[in-house]
Formats: sequence, structure tokens, C-alpha cells
Amino acid sequence: MHRSICDFALDVIQNSIEAHSQLIVIDFNESDEDVVVFVADNGPGMSAEQLERVRDPFFTNGKKHAERKAGLGLPFLAQAIELSGGSFEIDSREGMGTSVKFRFSKADIDSPPVGNIESTFFAALTFPGDHEMVINRTDSTEVPPDSYSLTRSELSEACGDLETSGALILLKKYVHSLEAHSEKWPEEKANSLKN
Amino acid sequence: MAKMTLEELRKLREEQKKGLSRRDVENKDTQIIVGMGTCGIAAGAKETLNAFIQELEDSELNNVRVTQTGCMGLCYVEPTVEVIVPGMPDVIYGKVDADVARKIVRKHIINKALVNDHVYDKPAADIVEEGGAK
Repeated sequence: MHRSICDFALDVIQNSIEAHSQLIVIDFNESDEDVVVFVADNGPGMSAEQLERVRDPFFTNGKKHAERKAGLGLPFLAQAIELSGGSFEIDSREGMGTSVKFRFSKADIDSPPVGNIESTFFAALTFPGDHEMVINRTDSTEVPPDSYSLTRSELSEACGDLETSGALILLKKYVHSLEAHSEKWPEEKANSLKN
Repeated sequence: MAKMTLEELRKLREEQKKGLSRRDVENKDTQIIVGMGTCGIAAGAKETLNAFIQELEDSELNNVRVTQTGCMGLCYVEPTVEVIVPGMPDVIYGKVDADVARKIVRKHIINKALVNDHVYDKPAADIVEEGGAK
């Protein structure tokens, strides 16, 4: 079972990549109350029958691992959501793509921790392939709320081949600077804005 | 820390290019492949990938290929990592946490010696002794 919300997010993103989607869009929104993740792709999508069995850990379409009879990623997520009172929605159309949206409440003791957002985005962006990926991150736990976007093709153009350590070192620094850029605002100032 | 811009990122890349070393040329065919399937993610493969990049930076190795793949079929010893270094046997390492990742860069990639305790597949039969590779 995954340890953090970020682990669940990366697993869903990886499904989109391995389904050979050409475009993957991720919204990662965090507030004081919850974390909401939305992943949409234009991959091959699923039939109604496959979609019905998506929470079944002993069902797989057999494409990723032909010899296996298990597919654990989405069932893990559905189970964690069920335990913590969050929400999980999946929509898929054959030939059109798939979208997954899930929400964990920060107030529920059974919700997993958020996890390491920086390393999650880094791993998502650097998984091999010629697909485009756009990550939109909003952090409303900060006052004022912070947001930024990462576009894989732009980053590849700026850093170089994202499979070479030199480019990966640069990308890691870049994502770090976006995610850890702010010293938290002084509490007094934050409170005055909240009021 | 201020947010970096794409322009600053491009400038950093130019500076990096100027510092390309002899070691970078030697390691242009070296590959690290991190298993990032559901099993790998659950076992901490993101942190493993991070540690590899950090150690490669600390060792000033800018020309190693680092990629990810799905499950390698060794779910019981995740995180798993395949390392390909010319002139050495291809190796799949298991239970590669951040410390082991750093050790693989220093010992296997730089000093050309296997990290015996974590070899789980593929060393050539003639170099394996009982209990691990030579």
C-alpha cells in the first residue's frame, strides 16, 4: 500500500504514461482542508466493462504485464479513499482518454500524509516517452496562495535530454526552487490578510 | 529562495556544458534504470531516484543516462534498479534505498566494483561467488 497522497498521484500518472497517452494534464491542489488531484489523459481509454472492474485488484487488461492477473494501483487508491472518507471519480471513454480525480481530507486521521511533492513531480516529468505533460500546482495553504505550472516540453528544451543526469540535475534544482521558494509569510501578516 | 525562471535554467545549462569533464565522456554509455511501478513507488523508489540524482551531482557526473521503467518482476526486493556500465555485467540491484543508491554511484559507476549485498539478478555466472558477486 502507498504511504502518501503523492505516491497515489504518481501511480495514476504512470498509468497514463504507460497507456501511451500523448498528453497528460495534472492538477495538484492543496488547501488547509484537503488535497485534490486530477489526472487527465488522451490515451486509449477503457471500455465500460473495464471501467466497471477498475477497483478489482484481481483484474487487469493484461497489456502491461501479459502474464499477470493483478492490477493494484487504482484498487489501492480506492481502498485508501474508502478508509478515509475522501472521494474518487474516474471517467473513461474508449479511444478518447481517461480522467481520475481524487480527494483526501486533511482532517481525517486515516488520510495518508501529502508526501514529497517535489520528488513526485520530478519522477512524473522524467518518465521516458515522447508525450507532453502539464502539471498545475496550487498551494492554498500559503497566504497568498501560490501556484505554478510545469510543462514537460519547455523543461526539456531548457534543460536538455531529460534522460541524462546533467539535465536531471538542472530539473531537480528548478522544481525545488518552485516548490520551496517561499519562506512562509510572517504569521502576523498572514493573519491580517485572513481577517 | 526565489523561484527560478526558465531563462535562468537555460543559463545554468550553458554553465554546466562548460564544465564537461573527462569522467563525463567515460560515462556516456552508463545507464541507471529505476523501477517505478506500483511496487517500486510503494517501496520508496522516488527517494531512490532522488538520491541517484543528488549523488551524480555531488560526483560531478553529468552524462549518465538515468531512466525509469515499470515493475521488473522483483517486487519482493523493491526498489529495484538496473545498472549498465560498459565492461561490467548488467546488474539488477534490489532493496535500493537512498544510501544504497549513493553507494552504487560511488562503487559501481565510479570504481567499477559491484555492490555485492544488493545484487539480485544478472551478474555473469563466472563472477559470482557463493553469497554474492566478487
